[in-house]
Amino acid sequence: MSTVGAAPGPSYIGVSYTLRSWLTTHDHKRIGLLYVASITFFFFIAAVAAAIMRLELVTPAGDLLEADTYNKLFTVHGVVMVWFFLIPSIPATFGNFLLPLMIGARDVAFPRLNLASWYVYSLGGLFVIITLIAGGVDTGWTFYTPYTTMFSNTHVVAAISGVFIVGFSSIFTGLNFIVTIHCMRAPGLSWFRLPLFVWAQYATSLVMVLATPVLAMTLGLVAIERLLQVGIFDPALGGDPLLFQHLFWFYSHPAVYIMVLPAMGVVSEVIACFARRPVFGYRFMVYSLLGIAVVVFTVLGHHMFVGCQSMYSGMVFSLLSFLVAIPSSIKVFNWTATLYRGSVSFEAPMLYALGFIALFMMGGITGIWLAALAADVHLTDTYFVVAHFHYIMVGGAVMAYFSAIHFWWPKITGRLYPEAWARFAAVVMFVGFNLTFFPQYVAGFLGMPRRYHAYPPEYEVLNILSSAGAAVLAVAYVLPLIYLGWSLLRGPLAGRNPWAATGLEWQTASPPPRENFSHPPRVNGPPYAYETERGDGP
Amino acid sequence: MVPEALAPAAPQFEDREQRRAAATLGMWVFLATEVLFFGVLFGGYAVIRLLNYDAFVVGSHHTDVVLGTLNTAVLLTSSLTMALAVRGASLGQRRATTGWLVLTLLLGLAFLGIKAVEYHQEYQNAVVPVLAFDYQGPHARGVLLFFYLYFVMTGLHALHLIIGVAVVGVMVVRNRRGDFGPEYHIPVELTGLYWHFVDVVWIFLYPLFYLVARV
Amino acid sequence: MSDLAGYLPEASTMAGRIDALLLALTVVSVLVVGGIMALIAWFAFRYRRGSPAVRGPAPRRSRTLETVWITVPLLVFLIIFVWAAVLYRELRSPPQDALAINVVAKQWMWKVQHPGGQREINELHVPVGRPVKLVMTSQDVIHSFFVPAFRVKQDVLPERYTTLWFEPSRAGEYPLLCAEYCGSGHSRMTGRVVVMAPQAYESWLARNPGAGSLAHQGEEVFRRRGCSGCHGESATVHAPRLAGIYGRRVPLEDGDMVMVDARYIRDSILLPASEVAAGYPPIMPSYQGQLGEEEILALVAYIRSLADQQEDAP
Repeated sequence: MSTVGAAPGPSYIGVSYTLRSWLTTHDHKRIGLLYVASITFFFFIAAVAAAIMRLELVTPAGDLLEADTYNKLFTVHGVVMVWFFLIPSIPATFGNFLLPLMIGARDVAFPRLNLASWYVYSLGGLFVIITLIAGGVDTGWTFYTPYTTMFSNTHVVAAISGVFIVGFSSIFTGLNFIVTIHCMRAPGLSWFRLPLFVWAQYATSLVMVLATPVLAMTLGLVAIERLLQVGIFDPALGGDPLLFQHLFWFYSHPAVYIMVLPAMGVVSEVIACFARRPVFGYRFMVYSLLGIAVVVFTVLGHHMFVGCQSMYSGMVFSLLSFLVAIPSSIKVFNWTATLYRGSVSFEAPMLYALGFIALFMMGGITGIWLAALAADVHLTDTYFVVAHFHYIMVGGAVMAYFSAIHFWWPKITGRLYPEAWARFAAVVMFVGFNLTFFPQYVAGFLGMPRRYHAYPPEYEVLNILSSAGAAVLAVAYVLPLIYLGWSLLRGPLAGRNPWAATGLEWQTASPPPRENFSHPPRVNGPPYAYETERGDGP
Repeated sequence: MVPEALAPAAPQFEDREQRRAAATLGMWVFLATEVLFFGVLFGGYAVIRLLNYDAFVVGSHHTDVVLGTLNTAVLLTSSLTMALAVRGASLGQRRATTGWLVLTLLLGLAFLGIKAVEYHQEYQNAVVPVLAFDYQGPHARGVLLFFYLYFVMTGLHALHLIIGVAVVGVMVVRNRRGDFGPEYHIPVELTGLYWHFVDVVWIFLYPLFYLVARV
Repeated sequence: MSDLAGYLPEASTMAGRIDALLLALTVVSVLVVGGIMALIAWFAFRYRRGSPAVRGPAPRRSRTLETVWITVPLLVFLIIFVWAAVLYRELRSPPQDALAINVVAKQWMWKVQHPGGQREINELHVPVGRPVKLVMTSQDVIHSFFVPAFRVKQDVLPERYTTLWFEPSRAGEYPLLCAEYCGSGHSRMTGRVVVMAPQAYESWLARNPGAGSLAHQGEEVFRRRGCSGCHGESATVHAPRLAGIYGRRVPLEDGDMVMVDARYIRDSILLPASEVAAGYPPIMPSYQGQLGEEEILALVAYIRSLADQQEDAP
């Protein structure tokens, strides 16, 4: 690996401190941080909605909230978490910040498009805020017809407009990343020398770019149908509600992989660094990422096994759903093998990454349950599914996001965070998460349906456990705000490469200068050039 | 005397070649997203037609196949003139390029004009959903859906064409200003790509709406 | 009421078989996830920084290992897939002799129509030991009929019929829940399935006669709505006679053949121009908006009851 000297002069932060310089920036690093601010804001809106829901669910009776209020809360929780937190999370923040650094470029291919994507995101977010202030929407994040087009009395079109708009933010980001990775790699940085984080962003971007337009157009048609009472999704008008479901899930199933592929990229980087070993089976990891990106488009029907889909369609989608689990399994096995004969340390990024693997496995294996047709008949539309996707999205993607925050914090801010507090928060998150969501697997198996504001009393104990867990989880989310804030003000300086990590981003200053590198780096070998010494590591 | 545009103005790129490659790939990826946008509508059309074939036959017979065919010829010709414009730019033939670009623009406007006439006709014949729909025969519900899809899909296409016309207009201005030459004409090339894409979408729309059980 | 403290009763013939699949899934999950977690914990401990474990060169890749841990999970997955698919096919294939009961869902209640004319709301009485097939439709949005104790669930859609079948194996009362979000009252759209011993069921039927059998009610609708004007015995209009056509395939005007089932009858009543019978003019008016779902189901029952009569030449 080459080393590139840190450029003299101000860091990307020190270039200018005015608000205007931030809001008109073309610097991918600043745009990444603009996104951090926005998605954190929306995360807390959706988290508060969840907290209120879990409070209601402590007792079986619907005694805290009106049914309509509860329904609006789970809708806003889903809409905001999916589109305004999870989909942009790692790509728009760490992807933006790190991608050019990792490939030795000065910026992304289209910096102005990058800034535009943040403004588009914000505009979509504004529509959601307006929807909330005006009284909310109660269709569920899945907007099924004909309820959404004909029966809901809430602000459907405003909410859909927000989602429609924010989709373009996704498309712009994905397009930018694809072109950047194809065209702007440093000399010597061939495709199979790219860090897996870059490959993960690439695979994610392919999905973003191909799936999101389908969502936009589908929701656009729903809005037209609701406004003009003419359309193709309502059977009373001659349309087909299953057509909506197929179009919706054509995007929304790949969407969940938009959420998890970048997380897998993060985990690869962190495991390699803290085990001091190259990721095992690099090529298979690459092929898995690409394979996932392709196959995910084919499994959409597994959301409709108890819908009105033909039995034989169901079998095809079931088989494909089993197949898509194979590349994910490969990744877990490879991460495990990376630890073999490594030199493993347990700083916060590593704790979060190991937590990801455990919880991703627990969520992914239940995906196998749901892919199994006859099992899905019983389990679908219950809390079992809710637990399944939260294990992957929260136990998986959110933990990986926190892993990324801690791993690259020194690079982004130039400071170190307090390690003891960070480890503590990671453990609290792991415990709180399991307490919140494992009881939901049991409740679902025992028949508790999802989206229930009041539930039969036999599920009470499980719900109490889950709500208690949510309280613990809340602590784990608030703690980092405190100690990371402290680190910004008083944390010790990090230096160029506090983790002794490989990767071009660690070869430049912390925080990096505006143009990333003083002169373009050259790459001479494969990534993850870690070596373990006998006995103590560095 | 190298025009501003020929220098690697964008600092993120290493050189002109990288910039050119990035712009081209960017346009192709963008066109891929457009395929998926229109794909939803084509998919919806396929399903609804499967469920309402007879209605679609009736609906198609209510479209103006003469104007539709004329429009197809207009748009295909405009793709030819666009291709000639790209060629002219690559050969540095500034005046010829301007001519071909203007012709493309005029043909695009002609398409839009003919479409407007068609829409007006459809309004008079009361087959416009929501605004003026009065078809009473059998399959009325299916005919409504046919025309709903007709207006949504040709409307979205027309919107893309309007944008295309505007972009071609910008290219005319820039070409006359001397921005393009053999060394740098990528914006014209990419405009051409976009224009051909819009044309291809129409090639699919035309038989689906005008030629159901007519051939 | 069923005791759910840690267990869900197996109250249908399929429930036990599905539970076997779920148990197998549990075992596989615990072994795989537990196994990998244990391996990770072991590696993390043994190779923790500063530990005396022997390191030295370690492979960066292994085609053998990758092949093994692709093929083994694939085999396991394929076994589970086939097992679950076979069960699913049974779940979707009601036995021929199943007792057919109609369900009409609406926001936010379940309306049940028995063939003998009995009506229930949010309750479904069925006999133990006999397969039951539910023919379901919705009056408004999508709902989903879910009986956890039977391990069955099926979405209920507007403007079409979906079916669900089960054979209760234990008498008792079991919760019925709506499992597809349908608006404000989604979580109160619950009820119960009451499974009774055969004799108890017969007496229940006798105690709740309803307004005559469903087929009889259908015949009333048939006359009241003027259907007999064209389709009746003495009609002069050239319209298909309905005796004996239920369950047969008939030719359509465009050459296709169609099965005369509940779906076809409903569509013929509401959208008569869409599938016109061969040899008949398309003059039947549509009854869209004039008949409720329950009336249509009653008509279906009536036409079905004519299947036993001799077929008249059209």
